[in-house]
Amino acid sequence: MTRTRFMRLDEWIGFAILALVIFVLLPAALDDFRLNLFGKYLTYAFVAIGLVLCWGAGGILSLGQGVFFGLGGYCMAMFLKLEASTPENTAIQSTPGIPDFMDWNQLTALPAWWEPFYSLPFTLLAVIMVPVLLAGFIGFAMFSRRVGGVYFAIITQAIAAIMTILIIGQQGFTGGVNGITDLRTLHGWDIRTNEAKTTLYFVNGVLLFACLFIAQYIRKSKLGRVLIAMRDQEDRVRFSGYDVANFKVFIFCVGAAMAGMGGAMFTLQVGFMSPTLVGIVPSIEMVIFCAVGGRLSILGAVYGALLVNWSKTVLSESFPELWLFGLGGLFIAVVMFFPNGLAGIYNDYVEPHIKALFGRGKPERSDEVAAPAVETPPSGGPAQPTARPAAQIPPAGTPAQ
Amino acid sequence: MSDDNHLKNNPNSSGPSRRAVLAGGTALTASLFAPKFLQAADFPTAEVNTTGLAVTDDTVTIGILHSITGTMAISETGSVQAEKLAIDQINAQGGILGRKIEYIQEDGASDWPTFAEKARKLLVNDKVASVMGCWTSASRKAVLPVFEQNNGFLYYPTFYEGLEQSPNVIYTGQEATQQIIAGLDWVVRERGAESFYLLGSDYIWPRTSNKIARKHIEDFLGLKVVGEEYYPLGHTQFNSVINKIRLRKPDVIYAIVVGGSNVAFYKQLKAAGIDMTQEDPLLLTISVTEDEIRGIGGENIEGAYACMKYFQSLDNPNNIAFVKAFKEMWGEDMVIGDVTQAAYLGPWLWKAAVEKAGSFDVDKVREASPGIELQSAPEGYVRIHENHHLWSKTRVGKAQADGQYEVVFETAELVEPDPFPEGYQ
Repeated sequence: MTRTRFMRLDEWIGFAILALVIFVLLPAALDDFRLNLFGKYLTYAFVAIGLVLCWGAGGILSLGQGVFFGLGGYCMAMFLKLEASTPENTAIQSTPGIPDFMDWNQLTALPAWWEPFYSLPFTLLAVIMVPVLLAGFIGFAMFSRRVGGVYFAIITQAIAAIMTILIIGQQGFTGGVNGITDLRTLHGWDIRTNEAKTTLYFVNGVLLFACLFIAQYIRKSKLGRVLIAMRDQEDRVRFSGYDVANFKVFIFCVGAAMAGMGGAMFTLQVGFMSPTLVGIVPSIEMVIFCAVGGRLSILGAVYGALLVNWSKTVLSESFPELWLFGLGGLFIAVVMFFPNGLAGIYNDYVEPHIKALFGRGKPERSDEVAAPAVETPPSGGPAQPTARPAAQIPPAGTPAQ
Repeated sequence: MSDDNHLKNNPNSSGPSRRAVLAGGTALTASLFAPKFLQAADFPTAEVNTTGLAVTDDTVTIGILHSITGTMAISETGSVQAEKLAIDQINAQGGILGRKIEYIQEDGASDWPTFAEKARKLLVNDKVASVMGCWTSASRKAVLPVFEQNNGFLYYPTFYEGLEQSPNVIYTGQEATQQIIAGLDWVVRERGAESFYLLGSDYIWPRTSNKIARKHIEDFLGLKVVGEEYYPLGHTQFNSVINKIRLRKPDVIYAIVVGGSNVAFYKQLKAAGIDMTQEDPLLLTISVTEDEIRGIGGENIEGAYACMKYFQSLDNPNNIAFVKAFKEMWGEDMVIGDVTQAAYLGPWLWKAAVEKAGSFDVDKVREASPGIELQSAPEGYVRIHENHHLWSKTRVGKAQADGQYEVVFETAELVEPDPFPEGYQ
């Protein structure tokens, strides 16, 4: 009864359309500057995909994804900063050869824990592993004690706040409020040129698709179905003999790894990393990207990140004094009228027409939205095969059980 | 006194400026009028703009890049207002090289990546000829690589920590030594202070400033620092440090608390019975301008001393005209702080440099900038140093209950900017 195929035809088409948008349409339509901006937006999409897995599928709402994004970004920034801080470039300092902010803070030697970041392989590993280890630690501490739902969300938010305070307070080691700035080259390759930024955009796109495929694979695997079951009826899953905590820790770590990758790509494309990307506000913004795109759809998450950030840019350029109201209006409209975001709009309004166009008697349900009530009837009652998916999904406002 | 080491004379400020653009006086525009209007026809666009900037036969476009939303908006709004006023006044006089200034305003949204994004947009897409912008050091650090890579030109208005000298930035505020040293010397000379308690918000500017202050107090003045402490931005509980201050009885509290923390700090200080009007201990700050006093409340900070280069109460014809014009444009209840005045200088300094260079090209404007002088600045005469900072005077003001400062001291000569001060690192 369950489908185990990796992707259905319409999902392949969805992926193909997104690939077309990212790899052909945007590069063809945009100049270097705008393309770089879209590259920046796409780094948030990594986080949003991770959130779809954690929140949409697993029911774990994390308001601290910025921490993992930031850790990935800081790992990359440390490597780039060390490369930029050659004794020649920093000859003007009291201690040449260390990053400029360390010199301003009266440090006279590079801290030992910075040393490994001279190595690119170590840095690339750290970009993934540092967020994963922290997520694993938080996950074990929380989920094995059955802390979940709202409490977990609050704790992740507190961690985001703590991380910001830590980074700002330890400015001799982290660059403080200013962050780590003035990054120049990656193994001698100048990342500030337009050609480099375009290359990075495509690297970013490829990595994003890797994450999308991983996410798709997880959702279609048995693991994905256990997650959805867990989201809707955690106790039943537990009584069926599954170790719920381990599943949660795993998916939380996957989300953290993706966020870390996004952060590293952010650093490479924007050219610096700062604590403003770690704290509570960016973390919540990342949840908003996911909500606008549709928290049940991995493709929706990508479009959500693009749409929200693009609107931010366009609105703030056109109405520098009023743009926040416009953005706020957009969020309210989405939450009120389209609780499943862009993906929900697609499923409710676009997909039926496409189906009608092809005139096929395809099954009613669409698992672009992994509608839980159809796959695992929550109340033991009979599934309602003809009801529209949107009606069966818990409203976006009450995601975590 | 070790003044002599740090307060270098202004060797040559007499004689007419090169183009005699900035002499004389009119009622409205603080003695800023051109003896003869420069006609655009005398400066063909092809000649004054060889690098593809946004310059047409009758307009030139510049960027304004400040936070007008978010936590920094309250501080940066004054800068935006001052820059717009300067642009209006320049346009009323016929513009620059016969071209009206138009501006594109972008919102940095108190968010450093946004600053970098908008800076790139202004330079790459809009090709603006120069940018007036940034406020916090973090935002400047974020945009700096963008300006250097795209060869933009930024006028940065805030007093800041120094340790920087970019070929693509003119720093119209004071670097740290200009703000700190003369004030400390004054308090030692005039008030006989011997011990100091340093405190500040925890980020680069207060830390660097206190580092310089400590070096000056200990190494140059031979006096004592009895405490040094930092609090996170937004911190509002200062009772413990106030207790320590009472315990160690310093002669001077040297405070570099910023933003919202200021309100809590001064209120708690007053509530703890430290009456600043008694000057025991005396409070000297470099972070409270008239703008901040609006939030703190004049009665809470009355009697404290601030070391700045500009106070709204300065009594000179330039400033009286500037304050009048500012209030006419933005409202009677406006106050003007140090940074607002420094922001006002940006467009004027750029105008003078462009006219000296006879070109909008960034490389030529940069080359022309050192030595540019303004007779008409509200703070008085200023001149651009080879290191892209301004020669300007340092002043000490005493806070009044009405939220204004009474100027009690000003350096006799212009203070030389020294962003990489030797002996203070």
